[in-house]
Amino acid sequence: MSILVNSNTRVICQGITGKAGAFHTKGCKEYGTKMVGGVTPGKSGETVEGLPVFDTVEEAVDKTGANATMIFVPPPFTADAILEAVDAGIEVICAITEGVPVIDMVHVYDRVKRSKSVLIGPNCPGVITPGQCKIGIMPGYIHQPGKVGIMSRSGTLTYEAVWQTSNLKLGQSTCVGLGGDPIVGTSYIDIFERFQNDDQTEVILMIGEIGGDAEEKAAEYVKNHVTKPVAAFIAGRTAPPGKRMGHAGAIITGGKGTAAEKVAALEAAGIVVAPSPAEMGDAVMEALRRKK
Amino acid sequence: MKIHEYQAKELFRSFQVPILQGFVAKTPEEAKAAFEKLGGSLAVIKAQVHAGGRGKGTFIEVPAQRGVQLTKSGDETAAAAKNMIGNRLVTIQTGSAGSVVNQVFVEQGCKIARELYLAVVVDRAAKLPLLMVSSEGGVEIEKVAEESPEKILREHFDPAYGLMPYQVRKLCKKLNISGAAAKSAEMFMRKLCELFVKLDCSMAEINPLVITEDEKMIALDAKITFDDNAMYRHPDLKELRDIAEEEPAELRAANSGLSFVKLEGNIGCLVNGAGLAMATMDIIKYHGGAPANFLDVGGGANTQQVTEAFRIILSDANVKAILVNIFGGIARCTTIAQAIIDASKEVGFKVPLVVRLEGTEVEEGKKMLHESGLAIISADNLTDAAKKVVASVS
Repeated sequence: MSILVNSNTRVICQGITGKAGAFHTKGCKEYGTKMVGGVTPGKSGETVEGLPVFDTVEEAVDKTGANATMIFVPPPFTADAILEAVDAGIEVICAITEGVPVIDMVHVYDRVKRSKSVLIGPNCPGVITPGQCKIGIMPGYIHQPGKVGIMSRSGTLTYEAVWQTSNLKLGQSTCVGLGGDPIVGTSYIDIFERFQNDDQTEVILMIGEIGGDAEEKAAEYVKNHVTKPVAAFIAGRTAPPGKRMGHAGAIITGGKGTAAEKVAALEAAGIVVAPSPAEMGDAVMEALRRKK
Repeated sequence: MKIHEYQAKELFRSFQVPILQGFVAKTPEEAKAAFEKLGGSLAVIKAQVHAGGRGKGTFIEVPAQRGVQLTKSGDETAAAAKNMIGNRLVTIQTGSAGSVVNQVFVEQGCKIARELYLAVVVDRAAKLPLLMVSSEGGVEIEKVAEESPEKILREHFDPAYGLMPYQVRKLCKKLNISGAAAKSAEMFMRKLCELFVKLDCSMAEINPLVITEDEKMIALDAKITFDDNAMYRHPDLKELRDIAEEEPAELRAANSGLSFVKLEGNIGCLVNGAGLAMATMDIIKYHGGAPANFLDVGGGANTQQVTEAFRIILSDANVKAILVNIFGGIARCTTIAQAIIDASKEVGFKVPLVVRLEGTEVEEGKKMLHESGLAIISADNLTDAAKKVVASVS
């Protein structure tokens, strides 16, 4: 099956006439994603990559039957773009944009939570179900249809994990980039629930990083609700406290959110934790072996 | 972005969050004049640096001087200012090199009845702003959080409505604050939460927050960190930035759109993506090395940016080898390869360079490096790269 997106998902791009929007619309289309159109206010009637451009998401949904969107609009307009997609009833919203103010996301999260939409991101690579649908900026060719469900707060580190699992011939069911910001639309727990209920997913890989306590909460959830084997990696073991490591969320404050605490919580929940980022694939193999 | 206490207090004033009167001074003479202008018999002089823990901090040049001092005359204030200005203050947050003090804040004294702690942050788990108040003021809040977390009271609030009066009543009840002090607390806390939301803060911390003998709640200290992502809508706040407080290499990197954090080790790292950059530091350490920096060139890095990244890494005299780890997504391996070639022409690599490329346009990138004739140690995967770079420095 896979989660969130599949070969029937109909995707639009908000910000399609921008450089990044156009470039990645092309990339997704070439991968085989059913791209059906795009939205840029004031540019209706134009086409990008042969796709129609609309002024509003509502109109795009009306004319194309879109049920997913990827958002590339600049940070000051991202909250508006997400809420417009929610308003139009889009099911899966991937906000790729990096640099959205946190307070904007407080408002947006509240609205998304009360809707039927799922928001992935912001500041994320997107979602891919290999061989079926790629929404976002990840390099498609490293993926392979298969059994590992992958979720991560980091883009390129996800590619690393995908590459390792592809080389081990495990392949991926769906890969979800949750985003590196303090407030994102979807949590590890939301995705654990979906992977647990997905037939195609046989093993789950969670890639976490320092800061916050989302990984600890996920570990607690896994202990109580996930029967499938789980592997993990936590980035930032060597990060010093008080320094922000690129992602707005990746910062150890007040002695909380260290990698050591997270690894301990994960291991206590029976999760196989990779000691180095080069061993994420091996940790997945180990998790599969242990559950047998 | 962080700002100084005196700047934070100016913002408090504009939002009607109660503070004491005070003046900033850049010379001992100005400090003396400030004391006299305040007109009291007592003042507090405080070194202005972005780091916390100033009260217990000491100066490298004048070990007996603390970062915060009570003074009883203009001359005493001037003497303290002389010890502080131009000297390096070392606190638990500055590291052993300390922070140079360029200005001091001279503030009225007040009669303190109680000391509290207050902070506002964005709670990632609840996805809401969170007000935290503790009866344990003036001490290290991390310790309170660790030893007696029940002493930290928490109230989430909706940014659209702000902190509600009933929430302050709840807090006051638990903190045993009543009468005029409770009324003062209501205004104080609600105004502060309003400031937090309107100015896009990521943290506001007041330690100590005091209740005076005449039952007023006042901010004796003020620390604010702003959400960098929101600064585009606060051009006036941007001017409060003090670049003297920032690490020069980090500042230079930020100006080129690079994310850089200086560390203590000797292996320079150049990586695309924050998570992979952290993981690259981790794997260097895992194989017995020590990273000299965190550096994320970002997704859309161009040749100029990557060349600048090399310059920044090489400007650190501690760097004995460089590890380039690129997993091309949006970033193309050919861009990185071209930057390596350009940088070698311009700055020259006098230290071993280990390169691991994967992802978009990897074959073309590898070919470019091979044909350039540069002495590059190429690596096939992460472990191989980490082992090779660690071996090259040992």
